[in-house]
This record gives sequence, structure tokens and C-alpha cells, in this order.
Amino acid sequence: MRPLTQEETNTFFEKLSKYIGENIKLLIDRQDGSYCFRLHKERVYYMSEEQLKIGSSAAGETLLSIGSCFGKFTKSGKFHLHVTALDYLAPYAKHKVWLKPSAEQQFLYGHHIMKSGLGRLTEDTEQYQGVIVYNMNDLPLGFGVAAKSTQACRNCDPMTLVVFHQADTGQYIRDEDTLT
Amino acid sequence: MGRKRVLDEDKPKKGPGRKTKKQPAPALKGLLGDGPKKLSHKQKQRQRKREEKQALKASVGAKRKAPAASNSRPTKKPKLLFDSDGDDDENLRSSDSEEEQMQDEYSEDDVLSDMDGEVAEKPPSMKKAKKKDKAANGAVAKKTKKQGKAGAKSKKAEVESESEEEEEEEDDDVEESDDDDDDDSDEEMDVEKASKKLIKKQKEDETLAQQELMLNIKSQEKFVLPSGQEVEKEAELPPDLAILDNRISHIRYVLAEFSERREDGRSRKEYMDQLCRDLCARFNYNEFLMERLIRLFPTEIMDFLEANEYPRPVTIRTNTLKTRRRDLGPMLIDRGVNVEPMARWSGVGLTVFDTKVPLGATPEYLAGHYMLQGGASFLPVMALAPQERERVLDMCAAPGGKSSYIAALMKNTGLLWSNDANRERCKAIVSNLHRLGVINSLVTNYDGRAMKKVFHSFDRVLLDAPCSGTGVISKDEAVKMNKDEKDILRCSHLQKELLLSAIDCCNANSKTGGYIVYSTCSIMVEENEWVVDYAIKKRNVKLVPCGLDFGKEGFVNFEQHRFHPSLRLSRRFYPHTHNLDGFFVAKLYKWSNKIPGEEDKKDKTEENGEDAAKAGDSEGKGKKSAKGDSSKTKTPESEKNTTPLKGKQKAAGKDSGTDTPSSQSKNKKKKGTPDKKQFQSGKAGDGKMKKAGFLAKKGFQNKKKGKK
Repeated sequence: MRPLTQEETNTFFEKLSKYIGENIKLLIDRQDGSYCFRLHKERVYYMSEEQLKIGSSAAGETLLSIGSCFGKFTKSGKFHLHVTALDYLAPYAKHKVWLKPSAEQQFLYGHHIMKSGLGRLTEDTEQYQGVIVYNMNDLPLGFGVAAKSTQACRNCDPMTLVVFHQADTGQYIRDEDTLT
Repeated sequence: MGRKRVLDEDKPKKGPGRKTKKQPAPALKGLLGDGPKKLSHKQKQRQRKREEKQALKASVGAKRKAPAASNSRPTKKPKLLFDSDGDDDENLRSSDSEEEQMQDEYSEDDVLSDMDGEVAEKPPSMKKAKKKDKAANGAVAKKTKKQGKAGAKSKKAEVESESEEEEEEEDDDVEESDDDDDDDSDEEMDVEKASKKLIKKQKEDETLAQQELMLNIKSQEKFVLPSGQEVEKEAELPPDLAILDNRISHIRYVLAEFSERREDGRSRKEYMDQLCRDLCARFNYNEFLMERLIRLFPTEIMDFLEANEYPRPVTIRTNTLKTRRRDLGPMLIDRGVNVEPMARWSGVGLTVFDTKVPLGATPEYLAGHYMLQGGASFLPVMALAPQERERVLDMCAAPGGKSSYIAALMKNTGLLWSNDANRERCKAIVSNLHRLGVINSLVTNYDGRAMKKVFHSFDRVLLDAPCSGTGVISKDEAVKMNKDEKDILRCSHLQKELLLSAIDCCNANSKTGGYIVYSTCSIMVEENEWVVDYAIKKRNVKLVPCGLDFGKEGFVNFEQHRFHPSLRLSRRFYPHTHNLDGFFVAKLYKWSNKIPGEEDKKDKTEENGEDAAKAGDSEGKGKKSAKGDSSKTKTPESEKNTTPLKGKQKAAGKDSGTDTPSSQSKNKKKKGTPDKKQFQSGKAGDGKMKKAGFLAKKGFQNKKKGKK
């Protein structure tokens, strides 16, 4: 377990800012105690100081998870957000997408979102902007990337993809082993 | 469409007209033997009123035209006649004076002529004195008919005079109908006779059944145990459930009052062996397990075995970190899951009766709003009663159900260390904790026995030990066959080691905690009371009440075992009594970090171990105090030193915070703290320490350090 290097921090924050923008600040400067990001086995964990302190007594190989996992660095140095980060992304989300009940199940099985399943969409979403996906009851289901801007979404046919799937809560069951 | 209906053409009506329809079927009196119609209560009342009205009218009319009375009289006569019969009764019941008057007023000759009939009729009416009411009813019924007719006649025809012949005819009619009445009574007598016969027969049947029962009992008393050869023969054949059930109930019957019901020359052991064999064959257990179960439940064995055949209700636990039970319930009901709050003792459990959707794949489940969890696994966590900002260890955590409940009770504060020895199962913990939004967790994969070397300053430790699983046979049928003595003892040994390790991980000097909860899903004494008893002997711990107000007390004496009397405070849960999985929960309070055996020896090695432990402890605390106010967790040191307002406020806040959560655990704590103080002051042998209260802890530690 070690702190992130400058390069890693940049990559990581860049990715994160696609979803929550400048709200990253709120994750680091917290009123209720100090929290930090740590890298452990190529994965980024977000934890409190006390967890860090006590967790450091656990040996590297046996420590499986500490705090909440945000995602992992791939071998090529890119960063992948995991669905486990959803709890932090959802409250600070800048751009949101709401799904119709019919498309909800589709998304939870890992499919992209088509125009037909789109219930609502935040205004001024640009293309390739990270979006958090909700169902109509405002229950966060996962997140993805907007395939089209809000403007372009307005006049396209129902079968076009509007959001690319990245992570959904169904992965808790599907990818239990590889999740963290 | 089609042809237009011709409207001007009068269609001939088909079938009978309205009037014919209205007409009732012809009543053939006497021929068909139709009994008098029984009137309902309301009808009777109405009838009476009508009668009264008519009588009044008639009387008025009679008074008005007394000479012309004979005009209407003959038509009314039959009614009168009946009245005389019926009125007698009526007069007995209620004085209907008007009718009597009316009767008096009627012309004597008519009445006289009728008297014959009446006289002839009287004796039977006297006979049926008992059934007067019934007869009266019958009469009333007749009256209505006659009256109706008469009324119609008088109104419609208004015939001035009618011949005597007619009168006589009517009289005849009346007599006939009287006979009818008699017949009715006879019929009813028949019914009565029949009913009497029936009653008699029933009684006979009963006595016969009683005798048969006695015979049965006698045959039971004579029940013979199968001989050795028979048993061998039976062993080869596939088991016949009917025979087995029968024999099991017989043997249990005999055993209930052995001295009276037993077969001469057969010992109790023979019966017990046979019972054990039969139960094994009946429910597919191996003999070892069955023998143990019989010893555990001498009387309730059948209930227990039958409860194991059926699954326990599916329960889910609301994740209070993300939602509330009263929000979750309706949401699930909307999805087609029939749920209801679980039990009085749980505020987060929901019982699932039936469901149209897979419970483990609803969007709510995936969003971590609830956890599928057996009702029994709430219990150890409730007993542990973790507080906010504590350090809690769950030693055998997979798959994370109890761990997440602990985190929910701690409200995601402090630290939750979930450990499991099985790496594969650890993945489930990670996944579940993330899904349920637990952020204060730390998941490791150590052998529980090595945990004390990793970290040993926990406020509370939960040890849900791996066990033989004899309490959850309904979940895993394999347990019935694949457990033997060795397995149980192996489990027991491992559990003892784990429990000692768990106790070592717990810090007795903890301000709020120092508690260890030991639980298993086994019902074997070897895995439960025996293990706890061992720990009490080996470490400075004592049993405290679990804080669960139901469940059976743990065994203090069981067969050859004599346990510590405080084991009464542990709790056992059984499938047949609580409809939960078989479970054992014991809560221990650690009052000293010393290890008894090693303390006596005053070994050099022990000293080193202690020092190392202390060093580790103070290291952690040192870090904390260095951080000062920035960290939420405060050490006694910082509280003591920061005399200004801030520290005090914080302390007060914390106190109130710990006060609120559960009064029960607080009480325990209150009970617990004096012990701690006593122990500390006793050890330090210093009066000042006592005054300083719990702040003394740190001072004491410092002192020790200084000595070093």
C-alpha cells in the first residue's frame, strides 16, 4: 500500500473529474475527518486516516480491501473506474441520465443505453461526457459515457446508442471475483 | 343489419304469460303429505300483526252489524276454530285479549257445532303439550292460509249468505286439516324417535371406540421390540416409513412411562437403541449424530427432526446505511415480493413469504438496500452491540452478512476489520461490503489464530466460528450423514484456539468495549459450552448477559460435563422452538489483558510478550495523540491534557453519543467499568488512580512504560 505518484494522481483525477468535475475537492477536504487515496495492488482505495493507520499493520498479500475501491490501473497505465466507486460518484454527479423501467434491466445486464430507453437527460451534456445512470426512482444503477450530446440526442432515432455502458450494479453479482 | 323487424305485426307471445307464471304449483294437501310450512321469526311476527289487525277489523265489523254477522262468519269460521286451538296456546303465552273477546262475541251455535271437532281434537293436543309451541306454529301457518282464502272470498264475492252445507264442508275440511296437524305431530315424533335412535347409536359407537382405544393402548402396552434377527432382516430391506413411524411412536410412548409400559426383560437401552435406529432410517441420519441429538433433546427429538425437514423462512435485513425498513418494505411489495416485518426483537428484519422476482437480483438488492440473511445471524451482532467509533473485529466474516450488520450499527464510523481464512470466500465479503456501502471496513485473509500477531487492540470481537453445522441441517442435508465424533472434536479444537485468539485480540482496557461474542450454528455442547468454558479457564474473561431476551439458557451440566455456572447466561436457539436456525451465542467480557497461566509462572518469555503487546498498544496511541484534534478518535491522554473548552465539549459530546444508542449495552458497560477500575487500581496499588477514574488507564500504562 502506497500513496499515488504524481502521474497516477493526474490520470486518476482526470478520470474522476469527467464524472464529478471539481467536486473531487469534496472527497479530499472533508469536514468529518481526513481521508486519502492509496494504491494497493494496482487498485485505488479511498479510506480514512484511522483505517490507513491500522490497515498498514496488515501484510500486503493478505490485505484484500480497505475502505472503498475506486478502480484500478491497467497494465498500460490507464485508469478504470469500478462500480464500487458509485457511492461517491452519484452524490456529486454533474451529468445524469434517467432510464425508463423497461431499459433498467437491460442496463443492469451490461448493455449500452439506446434512445428508446432514455427517460431524461441532463441538459448541456457533451459528447463523451461521463454520466451517472439512475432509474426513475433516483436509484443509481451505474455510470457510463454519453455517446451523443443532449442536442444530438433530441433528433436521433430510437435505436441509436446514447450512453455507453461502463459499470453497473449488476457487476456485484456478475463479476464478484474481479471487482476489486 | 339484417332484416328489419316488422313493428306493426303483433307477435304472439311465447310460453306462459305473466299471470300463469305467478301462480304457484297446485298444493295437494294430504295427498303428498306436505308438512306445515315453517315460518321464519319475522314472518311469524308479521303474521301475528296481520291477525291482530284483521281481528280488530272483524270485531268492529261484527259490532257494527251484529245481526248480519253470519254473513262473514262462516268464511271466518275455520280460522276461528284454529284460533281456539291456537289461541289457547297463545293465551298461555301472551294474553291476546282481543281475540278472546272476539271468540266470546261469535255466535254460540257456530261455535257449538265446531266444539265436537275441537273436543275430538283436544286429547292429542293435550298429548303434545310439550310441543305446544310447535303445534301452535303449525296452527298459525294453517291460519294464514285459511285466512288468506277467507279474506279473498269475503272481499271479492261479498256473498250475502252461504248455505249450511258449505259450512259443514268447511268443517270437514277443518277436521281433515286437524288430522293433518296430528299427522304432523306424529311425523315429528318419528323424527324425534329417529334422532333418539341416532343418539343411541352414537353412544354405542362411542363406547365401542373407547373400547377399541383401550384395546389399542393394550396392544401398545404389549408392543414388542423386534428381535435382533428381525432388525438384521429389516436392515437389508428399504425402510418402510409407515412401520417406522408406528414403531417410533410406540417406543416413545413406552419410554414416556417406562416402568409401567415396558416389556418385561427389556432394558431401556434396548428401547433407546431401537428408537435411534428407527429415527436414523426414518430421517436419514447417521447413528452417531442421532444419538447425540437424542441426548440433547430427550423429549423434543421428533419436533427437532421434523423442523429440520423444512426450510426456515427467508429473511432479509434492511441495510440501514442506505435505506429504512419502512421504505424498503413497500418498495419490495411493489416489485411483487410479499414481505412483513420479521419479529419483535429485530427492527431491521423482513420475512419474505413469497416472491415473483429473484430476491438476489432486484435493483434494490444490487443497490445494496438489503441483504439476504437468516434470522439467526442477526443474533450474535445484536449481542455484540457495536458502538460508533469503535474498532471491531469480525474474525470469520465470510460472506459478510454479519460484518455489514456491524457496520450498519456502527453507522460507518470507526473501523471494522473483517477477516476470513478462506481466500475464495473473502471475495464475497469484499463484494458484499462494497455493495452495501460499507466504507469503514478492512478485509484481510488471515488465519484467525494468527490475528493476535497482526493487531490486538480491538474494542469488540465477533467470532462466528466454523462449526459442524448441526443447527442448520435444513440448509445442508449433507450434515445428517457426514459428521462423526472426530469431526465434532476437530471443530471443537479449532474453535477453542480461535476463541483464545479472539480474546487475545480484544483489548480489556478499551473504554467502551472489551467484549467478545462467540457464536456457532451448531447445537453440540462440545462446540459451544465446552469451548466457552475452556476459554473462561484459560483467559481472564467472564460471561455477561447477551442482551437477547429470548432463547434457551446454555447448559451448565450436561452428561459428564460440569461447566461454569455463568454459562447459564449464554443463549441457545433451536429450529423447533424459535423457528430460527440452531444457534449458540455467548458474550464474554475481558477484564484483564493478562493471561492467567503465564502470570503465575512469571516467566521471562511472558514478560517479553506483555511488553511487546504494550509497546504495540502505546505505539498506536502515541500516533493518535500526535495527530491531536484532527482525528475523530480521542485518547484519554488528549482529553486529560486539553483542559480548555474544546476537549471538554468533545468529551461531553462523546459521552452523550454513547449514552443514546442502546441502554442495554450501556448498562453492561456500567457494570463492566467498575471491574476495570478495580483491577487497574488494584494492580497499580495507587489511590490516585482510583480518583482519576477511567483516565487512569493511560496513566497506568505510562507508568508501566516508565518502569521498563
